[in-house]
Amino acid sequence: MIQIKNLHKSYKMGSNSLHVLKGIDFSVEEGELVAIMGSSGSGKSTLLNILGMLDGADSGDYVLDGVPIENLNETKAAQYRNKFLGFVFQSFNLINYKNAMENVALPLYYQKVGRKERQEKALKYLGQVGLKEWATHLPSELSGGQKQRVAIARAMAAEPKVLLADEPTGALDSTTSYEVMDLIQKINDDGNTILVVTHEPDIADMCKRIVHLKDGVIVEDKKIKQVRASAYV
Amino acid sequence: MFDIERWQEIFDTIRKNKLRTFLTGISVASGIFILVILLGFGQGMQNGIDKEFQADASNMIGVWTQVTTKEYKGLNPGRVIQLRDENYNVVEKLYQDKLEYKSPMYRVFQASINYGKESGAYSIWGTSPDFQQLENAYMSFGRFLNYSDQRQKSKVVVISNKIHKELLGSIENPIGEHIEISGLSFQVVGVYGDAGGGREEEKIYMPVSTAQGVFNGADRLNMLYFTLKPAENFEQSLADSEKFTNELKTYLKQVHTVAPDDISAINTFNTLEQVKRFHNLSGGIQFFFWFVGICTIIAGIVGVSNVMLIIVKERTKEIGIRKALGAKPISVVGLILHEAVFVTAVFGFGGLIFSMGLLEIFGPMVEIDYIVNPSIDFNVALTTVFLLIGAGALAGFFPAWKAARIKPIIALRDE
Repeated sequence: MIQIKNLHKSYKMGSNSLHVLKGIDFSVEEGELVAIMGSSGSGKSTLLNILGMLDGADSGDYVLDGVPIENLNETKAAQYRNKFLGFVFQSFNLINYKNAMENVALPLYYQKVGRKERQEKALKYLGQVGLKEWATHLPSELSGGQKQRVAIARAMAAEPKVLLADEPTGALDSTTSYEVMDLIQKINDDGNTILVVTHEPDIADMCKRIVHLKDGVIVEDKKIKQVRASAYV
Repeated sequence: MFDIERWQEIFDTIRKNKLRTFLTGISVASGIFILVILLGFGQGMQNGIDKEFQADASNMIGVWTQVTTKEYKGLNPGRVIQLRDENYNVVEKLYQDKLEYKSPMYRVFQASINYGKESGAYSIWGTSPDFQQLENAYMSFGRFLNYSDQRQKSKVVVISNKIHKELLGSIENPIGEHIEISGLSFQVVGVYGDAGGGREEEKIYMPVSTAQGVFNGADRLNMLYFTLKPAENFEQSLADSEKFTNELKTYLKQVHTVAPDDISAINTFNTLEQVKRFHNLSGGIQFFFWFVGICTIIAGIVGVSNVMLIIVKERTKEIGIRKALGAKPISVVGLILHEAVFVTAVFGFGGLIFSMGLLEIFGPMVEIDYIVNPSIDFNVALTTVFLLIGAGALAGFFPAWKAARIKPIIALRDE
């Protein structure tokens, strides 16, 4: 599903240049559930942003679902994101003037799904994250945990091929975290490919494979036996 | 444009950002409002000036004569040219169809007038009955001169309110009283007033035939007065009166054997020339209002542009989110501009309708000197609305386009 070869990325910080990714080789098969771990500054979020086409790489090859991702302009990137990718951000990134249901329905708007169907789907996914009765609330009326669950519902509503989650459980209590991981595992069971950036070992253990990043290179890449989150719920 | 989904998205956004929508709208509506009111009063001022001169000055042409300054056909310069009844009669006959009011005038300065024990010195003007219209005089008592007075050379006079007060102050209604002019008795048939005030009320009118007879005038005249029938528009009237004046001069120069290039023997005045100056003045005023109006539009455009910039800045993060969810840059720009144009259009037309309604309802009620019925050309106002909408869209487009093109990860970081 994802093939990456010799990926480099550096940021300009004034006159200095910060080399964040120093040649990443990495591939993900369809249906995998991968945890990307590493300390802060290891480049894990940058890697995820490049995979999500939210940011561009300096050099290297990236093939997503057989499509070489190159010469990306914003219009093309938007098309790919809409077609292939769902995002869950650490800082939720909900639109503050739209209520929970409208936020979840937004990616469907860009998939040209009709209004009625959007709302039905949005309510369904809100129900899956346990927030059906909060559908008409604005993000400002929700707790941090609830906001993240809305964001996850939004990412899943688009039914993406690859779900990219940047610290999805960073702001949730452990019970909720496990509920969310249970949900993510279920989406994965349906055949979706999921990448999770996390620094929580128990969350990483709920994935099927752990990739360790340190100072912009992969230091460890191992398959593990998945811990089912449903055992904790 | 006809994408119903997008309309719904826009109405959602507007509903949930009432303050932002309101502020954008007010900046547009107030710009239109100020412009319409301003231009309306500019027009009102022009109407007022037009009305003012209409009341005061007519298209009057006057002719008088002096001495010749040039030798012509063996005649020496310094010859006195005298207007005569014949001149007046010829012109009157020749221009019968074109003339509206006309009067010859024979004048005596400082004639002594007695009534009982009171006496005074006033000018005696022998005129035709038309002189009332020529002078815009109104009657306080009785009547003005008439043609039967003229034919019969009646010894009748029309005095002014001022003379009434000074000479016949003891009598409330002086009609039928007799006053003595140069030892002859004249009957007062009317008392006139003149809006021009005191200086215009120093005259006593009597039929020109009477005046010529009484004061040994024979067929001599001092001046000729004419007004032409008004043409369809001012330019035509002006052209007509200039043509008439020139023809009049040419005729008089011929019959009095005056050199065609002698500019002082035959003199004319034409009040329409002064009216022309008024017209230029009101044109200048209108130019000024347009200038201020255009400045107002520019200020409005700058205001709308500023609001647009702020809106786009405020929505940068939202743009990033929408793009992360799969929105193409063009759709994001389209959404923002669509909303902006919709809001400016609604408020722009709202301001237009409101201000024009205000002018329509209250314009005719305005009663200030020099301002009459302020109103505005609908097309001008409409153009302004479209101009503001266009400017707002243009001002919103560039920052929106820029924001839609930056990488979403940077837009998402925007707080």
